[in-house]
Amino acid sequence: METILEMRGIKKSFGHVQALSHVDMVVKAGEIHAICGENGAGKSTLMKVLSGVYPHGSFDGQILYQGEVQKFSNIHDSEQRGIIIIHQELALVPMLSITENIFLGNEQSKFGVIDWNSSYNKTKQMLAKVGLLDSPDTLISDLGVGKQQLVEIAKALSKQVKLLILDEPTASLNDNDSDRLLTLLLELKSQGVTSIIISHKLNEISRVADSITIIRDGASVDYLNCRTEEVSEDRIIKAMVGRDMEDRYPKRSPKIGEVLFEVKDWCVDHPNHAAREVIKGISLHARKGEIVGIAGLMGSGRTELAMSIFGKSYGKNIRGTVSIHGKAIDVSTVRKAIDNGLAYVTEDRKGYGLLLDESIRKNTPLANLSGISNHLVTNEHQETNIAKEFRNKLRIRSADVEQHTGNLSGGNQQKVVISKWLFTAPDVLILDEPTRGVDVGAKYEIYTIIDQVAQEGKCIVMISSEMPELLGMCDRIYVMNEGKIVGEFLAKDASQEAIMRSIMKNGEN
Amino acid sequence: MSNTDISNPTIGSGSKKINTNILAHGLREYGLLCALLIIVVFFQIATDNVLLQPLNLTNLILQNGYIVIMALGMLMVIVCGQIDLSVGSVVGFTGAMAASLMVTHEMSFIPAMILCILAGAVIGAIQGYWVAYWAVPSFIVTLAGMLVFRGLTLISLDGQSVGPFEDSFTIISTGFIPDFFGLESLHVTSLLLGIVVSVAFFVIELHQRKQAVRHGIDNGSMTMFVVKNLVLSAVIIVFSYLLASSRGMPTVLIIMGILVALYTFIMNRTTIGRRIYAVGGNAKAAKLSGINTERVIFFSFVNMGILAAFAGLLFAARLNSATPSGGYGFELDVIAACFIGGASASGGVGKVFAVVIGAFIMGVMNNGMSILGIGVDYQQVIKGLVLLGAVLIDVYTKNKA
Repeated sequence: METILEMRGIKKSFGHVQALSHVDMVVKAGEIHAICGENGAGKSTLMKVLSGVYPHGSFDGQILYQGEVQKFSNIHDSEQRGIIIIHQELALVPMLSITENIFLGNEQSKFGVIDWNSSYNKTKQMLAKVGLLDSPDTLISDLGVGKQQLVEIAKALSKQVKLLILDEPTASLNDNDSDRLLTLLLELKSQGVTSIIISHKLNEISRVADSITIIRDGASVDYLNCRTEEVSEDRIIKAMVGRDMEDRYPKRSPKIGEVLFEVKDWCVDHPNHAAREVIKGISLHARKGEIVGIAGLMGSGRTELAMSIFGKSYGKNIRGTVSIHGKAIDVSTVRKAIDNGLAYVTEDRKGYGLLLDESIRKNTPLANLSGISNHLVTNEHQETNIAKEFRNKLRIRSADVEQHTGNLSGGNQQKVVISKWLFTAPDVLILDEPTRGVDVGAKYEIYTIIDQVAQEGKCIVMISSEMPELLGMCDRIYVMNEGKIVGEFLAKDASQEAIMRSIMKNGEN
Repeated sequence: MSNTDISNPTIGSGSKKINTNILAHGLREYGLLCALLIIVVFFQIATDNVLLQPLNLTNLILQNGYIVIMALGMLMVIVCGQIDLSVGSVVGFTGAMAASLMVTHEMSFIPAMILCILAGAVIGAIQGYWVAYWAVPSFIVTLAGMLVFRGLTLISLDGQSVGPFEDSFTIISTGFIPDFFGLESLHVTSLLLGIVVSVAFFVIELHQRKQAVRHGIDNGSMTMFVVKNLVLSAVIIVFSYLLASSRGMPTVLIIMGILVALYTFIMNRTTIGRRIYAVGGNAKAAKLSGINTERVIFFSFVNMGILAAFAGLLFAARLNSATPSGGYGFELDVIAACFIGGASASGGVGKVFAVVIGAFIMGVMNNGMSILGIGVDYQQVIKGLVLLGAVLIDVYTKNKA
């Protein structure tokens, strides 16, 4: 098989920080090549080197593409040669139509006048190729993330793509959309398009990848050829973290007590469409020391349920009761919910969890300012001690507590958010996707923290899209679909198949 | 199973970043002080030593007192991620209201002042209500306010200046603190006050530094610290000596000093300040942490209204009349002072001390250029360039860090 791309001895540093120390990578023409590595291993940096975001000369090493040494000085150069990168954060203009977006910067024009008919027809062809049936006039803001991703690919196709690079394309997609995207990638492959895919989802990689480069600490450490050998997920993880992961979850010995947290007949309407009920009469409970999971596809209403319980932060016309220790509590504002013993760790820690320009010290007491102050006057001495205490207890890796949270890795940021909520001494800790965007090693530590909190007699409600995580950590699992509880399993009786089946069965009705 | 051996490449880069951060922040504040000193020295030379003559120094304080006072409120508003364009018109309006109450209706000055400040609070509350609870962009709400209150000023004054006020009112703006020693040539109380303030400042700084060191927080080198504080103390003492050799410290300086100290304390050492920074830094995160973000924004506007009204009274008292153009363009000086002082237009960042320096940079430039006889036209060009330059330096250092 012909080699389309070879990167040799790539080194890249920012000041004193060596982001890439030595990367070799070979991609064969017409294959799907996966790049795996923990967060911060240098995958995105490598792709920026390849696509010319970091121009030739700002890094060491060689890029051979289609048999020639390339010296890209910007993205335009690499696009000219058919290398198109689709970033994790999509680069579409929401208030423009599909057509306008696809030909943005590449307008179909004669003497500066845009030929809309030709643009429209070409867009239609591209959309057909990616299997998108929406009209080319549809605004991007009217499309879901999954369809937006397809528009990005259509845009790449319009530029005569030869090598398509996708950075975590399925990170924000639900299972259906992910599936569709992966099928499309396989289809493009059959048409001769080579792809490089960066992903954390090992099941997806093992499904589509022909070969895998593993990157660890800025160096390529392994090359796996999936055509000649059977590559298991454990094999990939082992190469990523550089050791065996015998256990991905801590051993737990739960001590489950009486019912502590109970939600009854919870109904929530959509904030903008009054007629649409998002949560349709949910009842659930959790016991002391118990970890209760909520499984479900994205869009099933799990986050909406949690946010509406937590100070009515989502939705309108909220009905139902929340009780702790059998007594109904007032959750009408976030403050009241916190004071009554609830805590909610958001799924979007950068958007809803942290003050990224502030220190760990100032983030830690944010939900419990009265805990570090006396009659409005803050006590920085006390604050520093508390921040240090949580930093040690949760093993937050940082220079000190004065480090800004924006400079921390995903796992450490998540630990700061958890510190913030543990400092409010909650009875009930609701975790929404607690390990999203967290690398394998830090995941284990977060699981350990969750287990410890449960051991202390609090109850934990854990929302997750990763079923192995729910099966590995929870004592009991609720299954949600379309705003309703459609199943309940004891963890020992549950399996991924059983959970999926209860979701599907509900979908048929 | 131990996980501590997992090498985490971001730790290295993180600690690098924080060092440069502290450096950048430190340099920012020192840099701002240095800029002020350079500007003062420049004008001192250019004006043949007129700038620092006691009489002109007093003038400088009287001219800038209300800008500094409003900058304190504007800082809160800007840190919340908002802006208030109406303050200049509110200054004019409260001045007109004071004239109407005291001159036309002959009300005594204390109730009249209270009414004016209440009016400022109400104005702030109305604007803050739309911004905080209806999410109308503050730029639009206060632009409307700017027009409305300028118009109301013109209507209530009927296009005429109204004055003069009774002496007991004008003295708050033009008076000096009393001297208890009675020396002919030197206002001893003023000098003593200056010394006390500089010593108190040093003690507080030293205490904070000790606290920081005890917690292992790196606060820069000791030499840098000592040099900074010695220079600062020297400046305060020289400054008060210069004032003492004339008529002493103006009352406005005392009012300003107390307010600056109060707002520094509120912003740095109270949960109110913490909430303001949190709302500006990430409103969604603040809300989900149980902070009533709407109320914080609302009160930042009420506070701004009160300070603008107070500044309006000082301004009217200084001119001894209310004029239709009173406070015209003040909002620009106040906002510029905040941005020169390093406040971020997107909210969450800004320090009281730096903003006060920013206000004085603007003030010294205004005053110095007036002494040099530079026309208002050129003054505006120069001030605009200084504002742009200050923000460019900020952006540059941020990108580097």
